[in-house]
Amino acid sequence: MSATLAPARPEPDASAPPPRQRASIPRWGWALVVVGVWIVVWAFTKGNHTLAMPIREHTDVQDRLTGFRDAVLASRDTNPVIQLTYGIGEWFGSAVDWCQRMISIEDFPRPVPQIGWLGVTAIATWVGLAAAGWRIAVLVAASFVSFGLFGYWSESMDLLIITFVAVAVAVVIGLPLAVYYGTAGRTGTAVLTTILDLMQTMPTFVYLSPIVLFFGIGASAAVVCTLIYALPPIIRIAGYGIRSVSTTTIEATDSSGQTAFQRLRKVQLPMARSTIVVGVNQTTMAALSMATIAAFVDGPGLGQPVLQGLIRNDVGSAFVPGMLIVVMAVMLDRSTTAASQAAEKAARGQVDLRLRRIVLAVAGAVTLALVYYSRQNMSAARFPDSSWGDRVADWVDSFFTWFTETFHGVTQAIVDSVSTVLLNPLQELLAQSPWWLVGLAILALGAIFGGARAVVPAVVCLAGIRYFGLWHDAMITLNMVLVATLLVMVLAVVFGVWMARSKVADILVRPLLDAGQTIPPFVYLVPVLALFGPSRFTAIVAGVVYAAPVAIKLVADGVKGVSATTLEASRSTGCTRWQEITKVQLPMARGSLMLAANQGLLYVLSMVVIGGLVGAGALGYDVALGTSRSEEWGKGAAAGITIVLLGVLLDRIMRASAEEDAVSKNPLQQAKRFPRFPHALTVP
Amino acid sequence: MRNTRNGWKRGAGLAAAAACASLVLGACGSDSGGSIADQTKVNESKAAEAGDCGDVNMAVNPWVGYEADAYVVGTLMETELGCKVNYKELKEDVSWQGFGTGEVDVVMEDWGHPDLEKKFFADQGDGSAEPFGETGNVGIIGWYVPPWLAEAHPDILDYKNLNNYAKDFATSESGGQGQFLGADPSYVQFDESIVSNLDLDFKVVFSGSEAASITAFQQAEKNKEFLIGYFYEPQWLFADIDLQRVKLPEYTDGCQDDPAEVACDYPETTLQKVVSTSWADEGGPAVDLVKNFQWTNDDQNVVAKYISEDGMKPEDAAAKWIGENPDKVAAWLG
Repeated sequence: MSATLAPARPEPDASAPPPRQRASIPRWGWALVVVGVWIVVWAFTKGNHTLAMPIREHTDVQDRLTGFRDAVLASRDTNPVIQLTYGIGEWFGSAVDWCQRMISIEDFPRPVPQIGWLGVTAIATWVGLAAAGWRIAVLVAASFVSFGLFGYWSESMDLLIITFVAVAVAVVIGLPLAVYYGTAGRTGTAVLTTILDLMQTMPTFVYLSPIVLFFGIGASAAVVCTLIYALPPIIRIAGYGIRSVSTTTIEATDSSGQTAFQRLRKVQLPMARSTIVVGVNQTTMAALSMATIAAFVDGPGLGQPVLQGLIRNDVGSAFVPGMLIVVMAVMLDRSTTAASQAAEKAARGQVDLRLRRIVLAVAGAVTLALVYYSRQNMSAARFPDSSWGDRVADWVDSFFTWFTETFHGVTQAIVDSVSTVLLNPLQELLAQSPWWLVGLAILALGAIFGGARAVVPAVVCLAGIRYFGLWHDAMITLNMVLVATLLVMVLAVVFGVWMARSKVADILVRPLLDAGQTIPPFVYLVPVLALFGPSRFTAIVAGVVYAAPVAIKLVADGVKGVSATTLEASRSTGCTRWQEITKVQLPMARGSLMLAANQGLLYVLSMVVIGGLVGAGALGYDVALGTSRSEEWGKGAAAGITIVLLGVLLDRIMRASAEEDAVSKNPLQQAKRFPRFPHALTVP
Repeated sequence: MRNTRNGWKRGAGLAAAAACASLVLGACGSDSGGSIADQTKVNESKAAEAGDCGDVNMAVNPWVGYEADAYVVGTLMETELGCKVNYKELKEDVSWQGFGTGEVDVVMEDWGHPDLEKKFFADQGDGSAEPFGETGNVGIIGWYVPPWLAEAHPDILDYKNLNNYAKDFATSESGGQGQFLGADPSYVQFDESIVSNLDLDFKVVFSGSEAASITAFQQAEKNKEFLIGYFYEPQWLFADIDLQRVKLPEYTDGCQDDPAEVACDYPETTLQKVVSTSWADEGGPAVDLVKNFQWTNDDQNVVAKYISEDGMKPEDAAAKWIGENPDKVAAWLG
């Protein structure tokens, strides 16, 4: 069972007829024509109308954005909206503070929290046991002990609290919206989809300072910015689940004369339950990934020591809390998934209830005893000092020093060759062409690959990018995103196929993928910088580390999904291993490859701002500039919106082209819509 | 069915074993930490005796020199004045917003933010913040090269000779010209104008963050690579690598007024303290301490080095410096 969107996994139909060849010129032929014309026109016009702009100049639109922010700031004492949101923020703040005094910080005049580490660990273990069985209970206990053992007990508890509060609010707000999303008509869905795209692709740095303005500093701001990022997965995925309840079932129950509400409560919600759990799971993962960003506004949690490590260029001391975030992510991911499986099992009556009650009662009594004990005794209340964290930090430090010293020469050669062969020529074409030429070329390519469906969103997005005045920077960023996505796909195919064909590889690689997805980029920024220097390539590396895991998992799942019968058939005709991969497995997993490319691209895009912090310039730097200097906020916001527009542009073209593809391949098969942003941590 | 039941039995066994083990562990260590009940009583009586200092919200902006200032003052507030100091990790922009809402009382080291001053100082803005005197630190901004380069090619320390070396400074990012490494966007930078107005064959590439700039200089010194970039003192890196400043045309009053025309060096910046107006109006020993606080670049570098190079916690670094400098501390406390 897997925690990725099970229904989304394309399952190639073994009996599908062979692809119908088009009689006319194939699509890629037209695309080559467009690119050829583009290059010819570029040769005559390059350097003109590129809309490049010096770093500290702004357009009127950007100034108006700054002015709007200033007006809101000036009205903060009288603005009723701010009064209201401030009230909400205070409520979040005090909820978090209460939880903190229970389990993470001293509850004055007590020198320690109300419940000590032993008590908290016991409660968490009991919850794991009750919800998901003894294996998860062991995992939970080990994770909690590791938080203390490595010296970050209190920060870990803070992060858990922020995540818990944000996810709870996300579920309360998100489920009704998911019901709407799953039952609304075309327009309603389209509007909500666009808003969700915006929430997930808009770089958090852009709205960090407005959030502080509306909700205050610290825990409240942390909860709100986590919430904004974590809300979309549950709406999308749960909505998807509700929508996918089979129409036959709905018709059958409708015929018994039920109301819409009854249908929702008795049929749609129960049948979509496992998908909803996946939604909650993904929302939790998204919440965790905001931990370090929230630390920029004094959000409590493990993000703070990570950021401290970065400020001091201390890889080791950023690494340890970063790893603990991974531990927490894996723990929460595995337990929510296992809990939903256990619940299904229980619903089918496969559990001995009497024994279960006895075990839980005994374990509960032990837990209560431990809680009581941890309230009375110092060593059970405050985690005893240990040098594990420091030792690991030192070890990591010396490893990276050795690594960067040893490989410095090699890595410089890599940077130079990738830059000359891939980055520079493509950037020359994208960013040095006049803006209208690039716009037309993108529109033409969109029309060729996606048909009419892609043209309208493409026009809107390109017009938007032009309007916000950062065209040149957008093209430089687009170039990096495309090259990074290419590298992601190379990795995805190589590792995906390997993992699909070898169980051992799957077991070895998967934890690394989970770590790559959840470890905050700030942890590996300094070593990557030491290897590759401040450059566009460094930004690409950061993007690839974050995006490749999702793409690899999707490709692996897709290739694994190729039916055994098909493979047998191909083997019996004497295929070599290479032929089997290239002629059977990869073509049959085509849908997964496309989904992987789409997801890889959007994940890369979400790392653009990090790229701006490591010398890649362009939109990422503009966003960082807007966060750092109050008078540049408008420019940063414009850059943030441009990133969103780039994301929507690329996503819509890819989706339309996948649908075109599916239709032309097999007109009978209904084109499957991609669920976007599944933030997947798959579980074997 | 059978499997499930076995699972539960094993679970029960494990839970019991874990509970026993932790009880034993707990029992061993129980007398090491002192009793919670005793400490609670001590805390209660302390709270009754404490003065009227109350809570102080101290913004901690993200650079080590700032941490040194904040924790030295904060530690004195806690140990000498009995205040409770809430350290808040924030960027400058957000810190200043907090003055008006009572979430931030003190910003210890301000490098000059004209736009924020316009919004929050009394003469033009809402008056929620006020300048509170100089810290005694002088910010020096300029163009720097790693020491090995200054030694191998001493003439590089004059901007007039930079073009001779432009090719050596080229990187994958600079498109054939020499690369000038611009800094974190937080800092005032005129390097693009300076480069073009002095006809230098260089391209400004922005590192984007302090971490990226520091790593670049460390690597350049270690691997004997060409690098020139924007940097500043006081900064803990100088304790490690003595970066050498490149001479630019001297700063004169007004030479940086028009950003597009800048062709001169950066001026020295006197760093100042900024506090919340309402907090300052309340008065009290903590307010006086912040007002009196002043020290030198060397003082700050010592504490910053304890934190970044020696890996001490900021509060420990501050306590160590306080222990070593009783005279200076006594002067601030009055």
